[in-house]
Amino acid sequence: MKVGVVIFPGSNCDRDAIYAFKNIFGFETVELFHKDHDLQNCDLIFLPGGFSYGDYLRSGAIARFSPIMQNVIEFANNGGSVFGVCNGFQILCESHLLPGALLHNDHQKFNCKNVFIKTQTNNSLITSNIALKKALKIPVAHGEGRFYCDEKTLESLTTNDQVLFRYCDENGVVSDTSNPNGSLQNIAGICNENRNVFGMMPHPERAVDDNIYNTDGRLLFESILSVVKSSL
Amino acid sequence: MSEHLSTKNLATVEQAKQLGLLPEEFEKIKGILGRTPNFTELSIYSVMWSEHCSYKNSIVWLKTLPKDGEKMLAKAGEENAGLIDIGDGLACCFKIESHNHPSAIEPYQGAATGVGGINRDIFSMGARPIAQLNSLRFGNINDERTKWLVRGIVKGIGNYGNAFGIPTVGGEVYFDDCYQINPLVNAMSVGIAKVGETVSAISEGLGNPVYIFGSATGKDGIHGAAFASKDITEDSAKDLPSVQVGDPFWEKLILEASMELLKTGAVVGMQDMGAAGITCSTSEMSAKSKTGMKVWLDKVPMRQKDMKDWEILLSESQERMLVIVNKGREKDVEKIFEKWDLTYAIIGEVTDTERVQYYMNNELVADIPGESLVLGGGAPVYHREYKEPRYFEEIKKFDINKISDVYLDANKSKIENRKSAIDVAKALASHPNICSRKWIYNQYDSMVGTINQTTNAPSDAAVVKVKGTDKSIAITTDCNSRYVHADPFVGAMIAVSEAARNIVCSGGDPAAITNCLNFGNPYNPEMYYQFVYAIKGMSEACKKFGTPVTGGNVSFYNQSNDENAVFPTPTIGMVGLVSGNKKHMTLDFKNDGDVIYMVGENRNDISSSQYLVSEHGVQLSPAPHFNLDEEYNNQQAIKKLIADNLIQSAHDVSEGGLFITLLESAMPRNLSFNIQHSTFNIRTDAFLFGEAQSRIVISVHSSQFTDVESILNKMNVKFEKLGTVTNGNIKINDVDFGAVGEYKKLHENSLENLLKS
Repeated sequence: MKVGVVIFPGSNCDRDAIYAFKNIFGFETVELFHKDHDLQNCDLIFLPGGFSYGDYLRSGAIARFSPIMQNVIEFANNGGSVFGVCNGFQILCESHLLPGALLHNDHQKFNCKNVFIKTQTNNSLITSNIALKKALKIPVAHGEGRFYCDEKTLESLTTNDQVLFRYCDENGVVSDTSNPNGSLQNIAGICNENRNVFGMMPHPERAVDDNIYNTDGRLLFESILSVVKSSL
Repeated sequence: MSEHLSTKNLATVEQAKQLGLLPEEFEKIKGILGRTPNFTELSIYSVMWSEHCSYKNSIVWLKTLPKDGEKMLAKAGEENAGLIDIGDGLACCFKIESHNHPSAIEPYQGAATGVGGINRDIFSMGARPIAQLNSLRFGNINDERTKWLVRGIVKGIGNYGNAFGIPTVGGEVYFDDCYQINPLVNAMSVGIAKVGETVSAISEGLGNPVYIFGSATGKDGIHGAAFASKDITEDSAKDLPSVQVGDPFWEKLILEASMELLKTGAVVGMQDMGAAGITCSTSEMSAKSKTGMKVWLDKVPMRQKDMKDWEILLSESQERMLVIVNKGREKDVEKIFEKWDLTYAIIGEVTDTERVQYYMNNELVADIPGESLVLGGGAPVYHREYKEPRYFEEIKKFDINKISDVYLDANKSKIENRKSAIDVAKALASHPNICSRKWIYNQYDSMVGTINQTTNAPSDAAVVKVKGTDKSIAITTDCNSRYVHADPFVGAMIAVSEAARNIVCSGGDPAAITNCLNFGNPYNPEMYYQFVYAIKGMSEACKKFGTPVTGGNVSFYNQSNDENAVFPTPTIGMVGLVSGNKKHMTLDFKNDGDVIYMVGENRNDISSSQYLVSEHGVQLSPAPHFNLDEEYNNQQAIKKLIADNLIQSAHDVSEGGLFITLLESAMPRNLSFNIQHSTFNIRTDAFLFGEAQSRIVISVHSSQFTDVESILNKMNVKFEKLGTVTNGNIKINDVDFGAVGEYKKLHENSLENLLKS
């Protein structure tokens, strides 16, 4: 599987994502610059975290219009796999590749800390290999991460099994106190109806390296690897 | 093009005074030029000879600091930041800098631009920043203005650093009334470069083009000139914003562009634009290389129309860089500027005249020998008078016996006029100078870059991995300014020692320091005494630990008048190395049953402790016990114990004393401790809350304590067995102090509650 990491001006988790995909898991990984239109035959497009175009308007609102996003949107609409983390998730919502929106955190502050999330379904590329009961310790770092959508959308997300992760405590209990930003129903990550576009606010790429003593994020990358292996 | 200097607006001594120059300095300028400067030239001298750029009142003493070491790749003052060899062909580049005055006026932008400036110092040398720290000082936390400053400064640091995308991994925060008017914001950045691939701030090669790139230039930050401009441009002066505005998005773009520029091999020299903007960067680079430069100011990309020549010269608009490029390589560098959508222009060329010559619309508006502007050249150097401060007499009167001790046993009825140790313990755990800084650091992205090793394994210093190597870098900022105020010589030694102790307790070897010297008015002999003796103490300690001074900055005038200057605050930023793929040492207790020792010696000392200040209201007392040799030996012992894998945790005793140290070690894993105070002749308050220096609490697995004791005995280091790590309530001499969880709640929530109310 060939992974393309998109670099917008202001992306700052691009190098961490490339380090995870390439150095830790051995994926063939290329950089895709925002001004280009060539997705270089990648099988998975990754939109990293950061502050694309400064994010002075609404997070992700400008990135949606960048040249490469036109190709990413087309790629996704044709069934290609696209995965966005943090600013990447915001961009996917702004591009309407994922439903809902990410509002300012309910406490109105940027918040960086370890949180726990629980996988809600194994029916996706990035969660296929994760035990549903397990609370994963994954860091968040965002000011605008409060997932919001209208009731109808929320209902369809649940009905169609599109909720991938919910915030929980270290014992896996999903509650208001384990919700770091006021997201609807503790939603931390979702996929689209066709299950080829994935977005989440927590940073799994920040929890893969033994050197920093937290490797819970590996399970997501290992899920991707297992799908790749089973399709060989 | 007119090569004749504009003689319009010849400057006067009154203007010189308004711009902050002394009459004798005005005479000196006339002597250098052989004529009267025009207003533009005077403006240039006024900023270049300001304290900030020239170090005229500090350089005599700064030169006495130890600067040599085998790892040093650049000498202090020679480059924008310090540079040390860390092996594997890599260099660590680091510096700390103040942004106090802007932050006092406009906390958000003041702090944000401080972060921007220090990071530019690092990447203008060719190093990619990997970690940031900040050292903050505020006034009384119960004051509404203080709360406004805390919220604004923290948000400013966070929003800038988070968007720039470099993790903020450590720092320190203190509150004291002396910082009420004048808060301190010291920002540190650490970067990594390849040895031999760094860039200098030089300007060489006759005819080489001079580029400016980054943001366009506006009228922001033109302080000094704004005062004096009344006679010149009465109308334009009104709309000068005095504080610069930061844009981390541009900073990120110029970082990436700078990194790519260096790979082209087309770069001769590079410098960021900080204080005094184009003036400072063009003259410093020229003077350093003994070359000259022609600069066409009208070519500078501008944000607004009709900027005057001196406004362009003095503008401190942020996120701008100056780069000298080899002639013929213009296309290669311009391709990079365009890739990153940066504003850029050729604004000048290198000459051999040794003069900086500024033109505006083909008219020569300033013509000055570069050398005459800079530190080490023609800039003035002063020896200032100093004398022992009068308050030292008050300090000498302190008598511990006049302070009533705490009582330990909570079950006994209250002892008259004495405080309960448990009450004091709880008050200290929630004190703003001691409680958790979570409310602050959670607003900083501490994990971007995936190198922060202390998020999940806390230690006394921040530890960051250098990817692709067997090394980590331990970093800390330290200064207890109350100690420095009590005794500038000893206090500065303690600041260096505490930094080294934090590095050592994290498993590192101290390598070098950068300093940020925050003081009051240098023309006041009592305040200058604090400066002189702090430098002397810093020198002593740096020599002992083999940690040369790589650079930093001096910030004087931190006061609104001589009666309320801040405590002398020489903040130390230290880096150390954890090599050989070793795990760093952590501060948290690991197992129930481990034995707790204190390395070092308990003393009957409560001097300058937080306990003495906040529980007894005693503001003036001596610095706590400190002996440099004892400190050094204790640190060597800790190094040995860590190297031999004999200890589970190490945490130094600092603010709040032994009790707080034990509590901080217990909280991360919800463990507890049971200890005995068995030392005769030591008061209970001194034992629990005293801040005598050079003490480190370690925990040891029960199977290893004989090895630990034999090493400490062999090394002639004093130590004391305190007790054990437990799962139960805190116990001291069998008195139940309650559950760790109770203290943890106070410790974690205190700052947020104080700022909310």
